Amino acid sequence: MLLLGLVGLAVLLAVSLGSVNVSPAATVQALWHGLLGRSLSGDEVIVWQLRFPRVALGLLVGASLALCGGAYQGVFRNPLADPYLMGVASGAGLGATLAVVAGWNAALVPLAAMVGGLLSVSLSLSLARVGRRLPPVRLILSGVVVGSIFTAVSTYLLLLTEDRVRQVFSFTLGNLAFGGWAQVRAVLPYALIGGGLLLLLARALNLLQLGDLTARSLGLPVERLRLLVIVAASLLTAAAVSYAGIIGFVGLVTPHLVRRLWGPDHRVLLPISALAGGGLLVLSDLLARTLTRPTELPVGVVTTLLGGPFFLYLLRSSRDE
Amino acid sequence: MTTDGASDLVARELSVRAGRVTAVRGVSARFRRGELTSIIGPNGAGKSTLLRALMGLDAPVGGTVTLDGHPLHAWSRRERANRLAYLAQGEPLPPGARVRDVVALGRGAGEWRWGLLPPLGEGPEEARAAERAMARMGVQGFAEHRVGELSGGEQQRVSLARALAAEPAFLLLDEPSNHLDLGYAAELMAHLRAEVTGGMGVVAVLHDLTLASQADRLLLLNGGQVLAQGAPEEVLTPANLLAAYNLRAEVLRHSGRLIVVPASP
Repeated sequence: MLLLGLVGLAVLLAVSLGSVNVSPAATVQALWHGLLGRSLSGDEVIVWQLRFPRVALGLLVGASLALCGGAYQGVFRNPLADPYLMGVASGAGLGATLAVVAGWNAALVPLAAMVGGLLSVSLSLSLARVGRRLPPVRLILSGVVVGSIFTAVSTYLLLLTEDRVRQVFSFTLGNLAFGGWAQVRAVLPYALIGGGLLLLLARALNLLQLGDLTARSLGLPVERLRLLVIVAASLLTAAAVSYAGIIGFVGLVTPHLVRRLWGPDHRVLLPISALAGGGLLVLSDLLARTLTRPTELPVGVVTTLLGGPFFLYLLRSSRDE
Repeated sequence: MTTDGASDLVARELSVRAGRVTAVRGVSARFRRGELTSIIGPNGAGKSTLLRALMGLDAPVGGTVTLDGHPLHAWSRRERANRLAYLAQGEPLPPGARVRDVVALGRGAGEWRWGLLPPLGEGPEEARAAERAMARMGVQGFAEHRVGELSGGEQQRVSLARALAAEPAFLLLDEPSNHLDLGYAAELMAHLRAEVTGGMGVVAVLHDLTLASQADRLLLLNGGQVLAQGAPEEVLTPANLLAAYNLRAEVLRHSGRLIVVPASP
């Protein structure tokens, strides 16, 4: 409940503050009018048409990344797992770079990113597969290798077409600046389906923490669970990355923080991570918009600069081996 | 005790591969409810592989495992998990998890709707079974503790409670006394004996021959094959020990127990 309140506060702050500061009361009123579909006046347009969709996209993307990070850490039983582990990010990066370099309409860039992200995950999956089994170590290794190759190709393409570097960089660094209602509507179905499935797999992920053999002895279809989690998380991450770029550390740090405070039960860990991840990204984006006014920082830079040291702090203060 | 053997766990001419080698070769053995059987043998004899095949975790390349007269692969995952419980070697409990939650997981993965959606939690009957299992292993006092706060011996009792939560017909344990001191190991054997008296079949891979000699039956493996099986005094003979372990040893009898003493070189 406290967390819900904090996230609500973060949303309110993020919607109120910016180049024009709107009072909290006026913000709430604007959101209310927007929800009811009433006609909007002055500041209300800023709140409802510009800031709120951006904040909503931040919530969705942050929640998706943290949820996928938590699920990946569970399914690989590896605390270093993050949503980009299977190569989604580099695949999406390559897709976006290709689209930009080829001079496609900007509206098609997210689609190209999505396709690239899903392609690279499929490639990692098929490379890691041994018969019907998906051994976690092979999955991680093939994800890393496929990711590196895709990144190398993207970088080479960029070198060939220097004039478009800025546009591609704003994608690979993560950016919510283009967030509008259209982007929210595009990400929402993936978030609901992928996120819903991951939440439903929570108890199965708890079983997996007992070890592969034990989980199988208890009747858990371990390989099916791995595949389901990877597919659901890839859809979710690819959708998030396509519209917000590659935002670092939210998916890695948030589940760690939540596990520290609420314990490792995925039935609690996953939904709380989603909530906290959404709140953290909204706050980071608020900083990205306001720290260096009138220019903006890419939000990915903020999350990495904040998340990196914080992760180290968690690591140092942890008594686990 | 049933004599027709219909309710036994039976391996017939069982061969199982582990990686590139055939680790179990043509093993035939019968495990009964209400009986404690220990599988013994030197390192690499195929003990763990045999146990995994009995559990249905490793598919045999030859022969069959039957439970209650039906081949193991004919049981669904869920039916198998309701009848056979398994304690793996080298899969420690997650240290952050609460004891109560871990034991409740022992109720198994349940039925997946459309093969896609597993059950989200345990129902009241599940919770009661977990409660009973904790009581049997004397861990209800730790129910709200995190696993990492417990000693090694206490964690092993939690693992056993997790396995018992399924209220299985057979309990298969892979070296359950590893990392346990003498006191905990004796306590473990007492718990296993109590379950056997209650009618459960227990099959345990054990390294410690003195512990193993407390079983009702021993199965001595060597090179993936059965070297001897039967009552402990029939199996633990100097000749068998020499053949399996390449060890010259005396077998002493002390207040009804067998003790293996390696001969001084």
